[in-house]
Amino acid sequence: MSSNNKTILSEKVCAEIDRWLTKYPPHGKQSALLPALLIAQENNDNWLPQHIIEAVADYLAIPRIAAFEVASFYSMYHLKPVGKNVISVCTNISCMLSGSEKIEHYLNKKLGVKFGETTEDCKYTIKEVECLAACANAPVCQINKDYHENLTPEKLDEILKKLDN
Amino acid sequence: MIEIEIDGKKLEVAPGSMIIEAADAAGINIPRFCYHKKLSVAANCRMCLVDVDKVGKALPACATPVTAGMKVQTQSQKAMEAQRAVMEFLLINHPLDCPICDQGGQCELQDISMGYGPDVSRYNFGKRSIKDKDIGPLIETEMTRCIQCTRCVRFGTEIAGLREMGAYNRGENLEIGTFIEKSLVSEMSANIIDLCPVGALTSKPFRFTARAWELIQHASIPSHDCIGSNIYVHTRNHHGIMRVVPRENESINETWISDRDRFSYTAFKSNDRLTVPMVKRGGHWQEVDWQQALDFAVTKLQDLLHQQGAKQLAGLISPSSTVEEFYLFQKLLRSLGCDNIDHRLHQTDFSHQQNMMQFPGLGMTLEELQQQEIIVLIGSNIQREQPIAGHRVRKASLQGCKIFQINVVDYQFNFTVTDKYIVKPSELVHALAQIAKALSLVSDQKIPDNTLDFLSNITINENVRAIAEQLLIGERKTLILGAIAQNHPQAGLLSQISELIARLCGAKIAYLTEGANAAGAWLAGAIPHRHAASNNMAMEGLNTADAIAAKLKGYILFNVEPECDCANPNLALQAIEQAEVVISFSTFKSPSLMLYADILLPIAPFAEMSGTFINTEGKWQSFNATTLPKGDTRPGWKVIRVLGNLMNLPQFDYVSAEQIRDELKVMIDAQSFTSSVPSYNQLTQSSYSHQTNNHLERITEWPIYRIDALVRRSIPLQQSAASILPGIYLNNAFAQQLNLTDGSKTTVKQGDGEANLAVIIDDKIPDNCVFIPAGFSETAKLGASFGIIEIGSAHG
Repeated sequence: MSSNNKTILSEKVCAEIDRWLTKYPPHGKQSALLPALLIAQENNDNWLPQHIIEAVADYLAIPRIAAFEVASFYSMYHLKPVGKNVISVCTNISCMLSGSEKIEHYLNKKLGVKFGETTEDCKYTIKEVECLAACANAPVCQINKDYHENLTPEKLDEILKKLDN
Repeated sequence: MIEIEIDGKKLEVAPGSMIIEAADAAGINIPRFCYHKKLSVAANCRMCLVDVDKVGKALPACATPVTAGMKVQTQSQKAMEAQRAVMEFLLINHPLDCPICDQGGQCELQDISMGYGPDVSRYNFGKRSIKDKDIGPLIETEMTRCIQCTRCVRFGTEIAGLREMGAYNRGENLEIGTFIEKSLVSEMSANIIDLCPVGALTSKPFRFTARAWELIQHASIPSHDCIGSNIYVHTRNHHGIMRVVPRENESINETWISDRDRFSYTAFKSNDRLTVPMVKRGGHWQEVDWQQALDFAVTKLQDLLHQQGAKQLAGLISPSSTVEEFYLFQKLLRSLGCDNIDHRLHQTDFSHQQNMMQFPGLGMTLEELQQQEIIVLIGSNIQREQPIAGHRVRKASLQGCKIFQINVVDYQFNFTVTDKYIVKPSELVHALAQIAKALSLVSDQKIPDNTLDFLSNITINENVRAIAEQLLIGERKTLILGAIAQNHPQAGLLSQISELIARLCGAKIAYLTEGANAAGAWLAGAIPHRHAASNNMAMEGLNTADAIAAKLKGYILFNVEPECDCANPNLALQAIEQAEVVISFSTFKSPSLMLYADILLPIAPFAEMSGTFINTEGKWQSFNATTLPKGDTRPGWKVIRVLGNLMNLPQFDYVSAEQIRDELKVMIDAQSFTSSVPSYNQLTQSSYSHQTNNHLERITEWPIYRIDALVRRSIPLQQSAASILPGIYLNNAFAQQLNLTDGSKTTVKQGDGEANLAVIIDDKIPDNCVFIPAGFSETAKLGASFGIIEIGSAHG
């Protein structure tokens, strides 16, 4: 099985996972699952197909189902191919009260896609996510790795324009 | 012990135990879904909320440890309100499909919602629904009904040792399943049917065939391994057996049973069932009544005895027969003057039989097995051979027991193997001899000079020395000899050397035998060298291998299908085909049986008759029939009794199975068994000399679902993922060397027998070996289980 992993996970990915493994005791390899999945995702066009999740589980010597549980739980893992930019919109209570629905509708109209969908030009994927832990500045969205707070449709328009360039 | 109070009842409980354990022990009912006494505490269903004095909120009884002076109310208003609220939440997404749900009438959710839930639902939005999963032929899923108690997930992690089920997605999208569609491969997987408190996981073969309240429950013992798990057989009026469930017995199977014990009943309704006696006259089969069949059998037998003598007759009996059947079978044959009786159908080397203890067994209880510090598995695939014993070994392992494997296949277990030594079959004796030698160099145990001579020529491999050194540490050690060690062509030497190792490191020897009742066979005298309850005889009869090799004139087969059940099926079939008289007592008919037998006498399988099995611990467990035998089928012991009567044999007037059992029991209790001298004393330099060879060798096991006629006909078991296919298994590197690819067909030859089978790549098989399972018609033309085999190359 190990030879199989090597071909699925590149040497670079394995090396990065190994670096994370040093942070945990040898019997606690499962602890490195979150970063390992992220590393694998970053090196696979930002999404995790089944065989890569399996390869990560095998690499960490944990049951494959344990990796599927984690990968399907957190919204930062993408189990389907995504566009160049992933816009994760928080719709939890603080954001909802502060107008996340407006943000959602704006994005639907502007990009012509719904939550969980990718634009035809593969530039954008929009996603509904749970609390991003920035309630003080609700409504909030995360675009790739950056947070954008106190959102209004106008502000979002600016952001999208920048991304388009 | 500390004192607590539940519902005003003063209780003495062990510190550290949970409120729910204390309540269960005192018979106070607390509702629960996720809590199970054999699983870890999850506390996620919240159904067991109780009112604890001086605590503001209701607390989960399963996860709240008792403290001195604690006062608990399970019925106070606070507790009841909490329970009702939880119940209402649990029912929000649960479908109201009880009328079409198989769990209806035996459903914990139904029962508890009757007792604790509100009578109307205030929830009038859409309910969640989940697409069905296919997790194999044993377990039906209806995951919309799941209340996410996670018992099945915890069972996989904690008991089966194989995490196949999980909880994925989150929030209201949370689902229980395997994520990717796959069949469960654990040999104990179907226990999750019993664990599931709702109708999400139900028995597929049983589905839609009966309601729980129509069933009558009978205690019984299944006939597939030497553990003697306790079961309940559920029958429904004239429909007979509907299903099998575990019967709790903490000392044997706890609350579990293997899938084999649970689903073998499906073969009872097989179209292959032999339901009327049949005789072959002039080459044609006729269905006849019992009188005619038995008269015909008597005439045939008497003619044979008259013309050829009793030495030309042999009786082969399935190791899964009952004590009563063994006893009467050998009594019949011995009354006729024939000692050629054997149940050890898979074995070929019987040189150790004189030295065997009263019966080969565990030599301890299963609970003691779980307390071992060192276990050495010698030629054993324990997890598949005896799943419940495998579970005990796993529990020992979790408590820190070190497990070693000396084997011919690198079996992967659900417990950690500390160290292993995998060799080809012809090297197995040498592997054990090396361990003995390594131990003899450091152990302070005295061993005889001739035994030292035996060890003098052995050179020790460093890997083996490392294993041997670890065997010296600790107490409570056991060497387990499994099927491969017993069926090995040098089984006698393996036993002798194992005894030597046991002596040198202070271990016990355990034999885990195939079949349900090998212990019973030994005690009841279904062996050629000992009468019932007796010591070795001066004149012993022929064992299985000799009786087949001698090509006798007559064979009596008792639930034996030679093409699947014998160590050398090719030779066995030849012997039986050339015989003049073949009388077969059988539960099933098969094309080959029709070809070689002269008389077919239909006998009942385990749950259709009364009898006794003696398990590997030496426990006698008797059971009664749970249903009428099918058609004209009769219990085996009754058929033999009548045969004895018709032949005017003395003392054959038994009226019940109990009478036979008690007669034997009295004999065993009255007789003192002279335990033989340790057989390693007989080892000398000439016993063995190590020779390496480059031959291609065959390795054989009878896979979990090919072990007896019953499981071979259980369609759900045959389709399950734990069942293995007939084929030529070999490791990848070796396959490349031979130019063979996975899935290609090739021919293997042993003597005059050959088979054309698919190549299956399996890296558990050592170099220069092919693993070919027995028990299949596809492999019936092949010869000995172990030994030299030729393989045709891919080029032909």
